Formats: sequence, structure tokens, C-alpha cells
Amino acid sequence: MEAIYKRELKSLFNGLTAWIYMGVMFVMCGIFTMANNLLSLYSQFEYVLSSLPLFLLVAVPILTMRSLSGEKRARTDQLLYSLPLKMSQIVIGKYFALVTVHAAVSLVMGFVPVILSLYGDVHFGSAYSALLGFFLLGCALIAVNLFLSSLITNQAAVCFAGIVAGFLLYLMSGLASLFPSTAGASLFAFVVLSVLAGLVLYFLTKNLLIGGGAALAGAAVSVVVFFVKKTAFEGLFPRIIEYLALFDRLNSFINGIFDITAVVYYITLIIFFVWLSVQSMDKKRWN
Amino acid sequence: MIKVKNLTKKYGDNTAVNDISFTIEEGRIYGLLGPNGAGKSTTMNIITGCLAATSGTVLVDGKDIFENPIEAKKHIGYLPEIPPLYTDMTPAEYLEFVAEAKGVPFAKRAKQVKSAMEKTDLIPVADRLIQNLSKGYRQRVGIAQAMIGDPDVIILDEPTVGLDPKQIIEIRELVRSLAKIKTVIISSHILSEIAEVCDHVLIISGGRLVADESLASLEERAKRSNGLCIKARCDADTLVKTVKSAGDFEVVHVGNAGHGLCEGVVSAESDTMVSEKVFAAFAAAGIPVSELYFRESSLENIFLKLTESSIYGDDDAVAASDNGPDGEDGEGGDAEDGDANDENGGPEKESDDDYKPLFGSVGEEDR
Repeated sequence: MEAIYKRELKSLFNGLTAWIYMGVMFVMCGIFTMANNLLSLYSQFEYVLSSLPLFLLVAVPILTMRSLSGEKRARTDQLLYSLPLKMSQIVIGKYFALVTVHAAVSLVMGFVPVILSLYGDVHFGSAYSALLGFFLLGCALIAVNLFLSSLITNQAAVCFAGIVAGFLLYLMSGLASLFPSTAGASLFAFVVLSVLAGLVLYFLTKNLLIGGGAALAGAAVSVVVFFVKKTAFEGLFPRIIEYLALFDRLNSFINGIFDITAVVYYITLIIFFVWLSVQSMDKKRWN
Repeated sequence: MIKVKNLTKKYGDNTAVNDISFTIEEGRIYGLLGPNGAGKSTTMNIITGCLAATSGTVLVDGKDIFENPIEAKKHIGYLPEIPPLYTDMTPAEYLEFVAEAKGVPFAKRAKQVKSAMEKTDLIPVADRLIQNLSKGYRQRVGIAQAMIGDPDVIILDEPTVGLDPKQIIEIRELVRSLAKIKTVIISSHILSEIAEVCDHVLIISGGRLVADESLASLEERAKRSNGLCIKARCDADTLVKTVKSAGDFEVVHVGNAGHGLCEGVVSAESDTMVSEKVFAAFAAAGIPVSELYFRESSLENIFLKLTESSIYGDDDAVAASDNGPDGEDGEGGDAEDGDANDENGGPEKESDDDYKPLFGSVGEEDR
């Protein structure tokens, strides 16, 4: 694992990706510190952090787009497969390398509250808990993008898919409020989701039986549950969407609350997507 | 060392490897031979754990590559068809990385990397970026990578493809020197390549194993299928009868050559006595003979026949030439094999390569 971690970190800094990522984040952090703190004479660093996630949306896909898809392109995946390592060790090694870059950014940003404290009263507790939230948000986004990178071979496509996925997650809570909370609407949404999941499975496995079966099974379960227990469906879909609202979890940190459920939420999400990436890479052995 | 049993790999409806079984013993050089697309790379990818099989087992030093991949992979060094190199690293960095990833202890790492680089002559380019290296050097980095971790078996997938003749000879030397200490498996679609370095040959065609024997026995087989070819104006039965009347000769093949001619191959060593006796017999019977010549079978011919006739099963592979070439079998190896064949086919001994297509195509016209 260390070998993979070291190599990945080296390649991130050998190329441009890590530098672009750090550059974007530092420049944006600087601009917003200037505007929100220095010019407006506020001492809360949290306000800066509330503006930065939008830039994570673009910067994280650029950072992660090569990690797994690049291996496939350079045919180095065959080396990784033939090494006496578990796929989980390889993927986690790569994930930690990406997180290290993000951690370096967060660490440097940690100096900003200290600098601000020279000119006014800074509440370090809330500033650093917000920074922790920002760090965890970045880690979760990296995990999501790592998974995309394991699915798609073309780097530009990985980057694009990452940005689209990021925007969807960003807008999730807005979408949830738009969605009608009736049971019928939820049923409709679940049926559509089942069909989409079936399509994805079909494209992954090229097996009509698995894809179609999954779509039908998902739709059937939704319909049965709908008729057996209608109340369970009321407002269910918006609730689920809201659960996916990755970026909104940061708000409690920004508002000065150290939200332990959000920490657990981010860590669960990270583990889930890293696990998915491992499965997706292992699955490629079968194709 | 490696036991492959009933290995099958299917891609959807397409069977890439079909029920292959063989055993790799220690201390020998194995050649995995077959036309392009025969399933060589697929087989190697499965043995090295890069690819999952549809069914069958692979045991490496008694450890199952599917059940216990980590332990099994420790015994194998693998160079895939395209060397898996990180081009943003130098050979020294890259080999250091591979050594660490293969779990070589820190104390031994530098020494192993150095010895691998010495054996593959990489010292002069150790600190250049791999992306700036020539193809020959990249191939060497790939081979050095396979040597790291001191595996018992080194598997090289087409190590000489795309190299110039000088580099090919150098890589060949390298493989020979490797074989002194390790078991080596090399794949190629060029027989001369395998014949140069290997002592055991596995021939794969259309996903099946059509030959698993030592190079010596394959050469012996080539010798045995030498024969006297005869074309005469008569029917098949008369031809066989007339040949038998000339002496105790065996007709290994008989067929229609078109234009009212019949063609037969008599199993015999190159010996003027045989041809004279046969000629005399035909003359006595009053049958016009239009051609009479010795055909000397080379390894190339055996290879071509084995890979062409694999769909008919492997028992009568050598004698099954009356089926002719079955159109385009997608054998990219044919070009090279044909070239090599021209060298050993003299002017008076018409080479088998020239003779067969004529035979096959005329036969098809008649049908």
C-alpha cells in the first residue's frame, strides 16, 4: 500500500494536477479571505470556507481524473493486477495520495485564522471545526470522483462526469424541495430509478438478463411496497435526495456547530465509494 | 511449478481459451506459440492473475491463483505484451517502486534493483525518464520489472515484438541467461523465435492446445513427415496400389490434384532409391507421372499444419493437409513463417508452403 501511495503522490506532483488543485484552492481562499475578512472587517474564516465548495466541484475532478483511468490507458493496470497486492490496498493507497493533496491545502488554510487573529478576535474552535468540515467534504468528493475514475477510461470524460455529479450533489437540497412529497410521486421516482439502475447494470455487464432483471425487480418491489404501505412513501424520495446533499452538511460547521452526525455521514460516504471503486476495479478482471 | 487444468475463458459467446491443460516444470524454457489471436495473451493473463477465468484452475507452486492470489503471484514475474511502465519515472525509481510493491524488504531492495538493472544493461539509462527511452530499453525495463522480487517463474509475453534485429538478439541472450536460474515462459507467433531459446513448446490455436512437447520431439515429428510427393494421371486407388507394388512404402496422404491428376505423399526419407523404385513401378504400369519430388518438412510446416487443422482435433493434425487452408483463419503469423520457409526450401525441393495452397484451391474448384 505504501508503495502505491508514494508512487501516486509522486505522479500527482510530477504532473500538473496536484499543482492546479492547490493553485485553484489557494487563489480562491486568498480572494475570499480578502473580500470576506479583510475588506469587510469580519474575523470569521467560516465565511470563506462556505464559498469554497463551489470550486472544489471543479478542482477535485481535475485532481482525481487520472488516478484509476490513467492506469488503464497506460496499460499499467496489468502491473497492478499482477502484483501480490489486494485490490483494496491499491485503491486505498491511491485514495490516500489524493487525500494528502487535499490535506495539504487544508493544512495551509489553517494558517489563515492565525493570521486573522493578529488583527481581531477569532473564535478558533468554530474556525477549525469548519475547516475540518471542509476537509471531510473534499475527502468525500474525492471518493466519489475516484469511483467515477474506476468506471470510465477516458480522462476527459471522467472529469466531466465528476463535475456533473458534483453539481447534482450541490443542487440536491434545492431539487428535493422542488419535488412533490406525495406517495405517488415517490413511487414514480423509484420506478424511474430502478430503470436507470438497470440500464447502468446492463452497460456494465453487457448482460440483458441482469440489467432487465434488476430494473424489473426494483420496480416490482417499489409497487408492492406502495400498495402494502402507502404512508411509507409519503415524502420518502425528497428525504432520500436530501440525504445525498453532500454540500449542505457543511452548513452546520459553518454556522459554528461541530456536527458529529455530519462527520459520520462523510466517513460512511467515503468508505462506501472507496469500496465501490475496489469492486469496480476487481470486476474489470472479468472483462 | 505451474499446473493449468481445463482452463476456459469466454468473452460473451466468444471462446478465447478452450479447455487448456498443461504443466510447467522447473528449470526449463517454455515457448507458448500460436498465431495472433490464438489465446496466448489471454492464457498468460490468467496464469498471472490479471484476468479471471470462466472455468478451470491454475496452481502456482501448489497455490491457486484464484483462491490465494497474493501467495501465488509472489512466485511469478510477468511482462505483459505492452510493458506496463510509468513513463513519468526513471527506470531506477520505477524498479524501486515495483520492488516495494512486491514486498521486497527494504534492506534487499537497492541490491535487487541494482542486480536487475545490471542483468538487463539498464545502468547507463537508470536516471533518464522512461518516456525518453527507446523501445528496446523500455522492453528491458519491463523484463527487469519481471525479475524483481526473485520470482521462480518469469513470464514474458512477446518480448521481442517491435524490436530491431540487434535488440532481438540481445533480448534473446537475456532470456537465455535468465533461464539458467529460473523457469521462463515466452510467447511468440514466430516459431524461429521459440526454436532459438526454448526447450519445450506449447502450441495454441483457436484457443486450444494443439501441441505440448519438447522442441526435439517436434523436430523429430517434422522429420517424420518428410515424404516423396507424386502426381500421376490415375485414380487414388491405382496410385496407392502402384506405390505399394514398388516396395514396402506407406502412402500417408492421397488426393485429387485436378486436371485428371492424382496426388500422393509417400512416407520416406530423402533417398534416391525410393524415388527410383516408385518411378519404375509407375513406368511399368504405364501411368504417366507429371511430378515427383521430395518434400522436406520444416518446423514451420508442422506449426502451420497444427494451427490450421486444430478445428479437426490434434491426432491427425499432420496428415490432415488434404483439407487445405481454410480461407482466412486470421493468422497474422503466416507472413513471417512464409518468409522463413523460403530460406530452407531449395529450388529442386519445392517448399510445402507453395505446394499446399495450389492443391487446396484446385480441389475446391472441382467441388
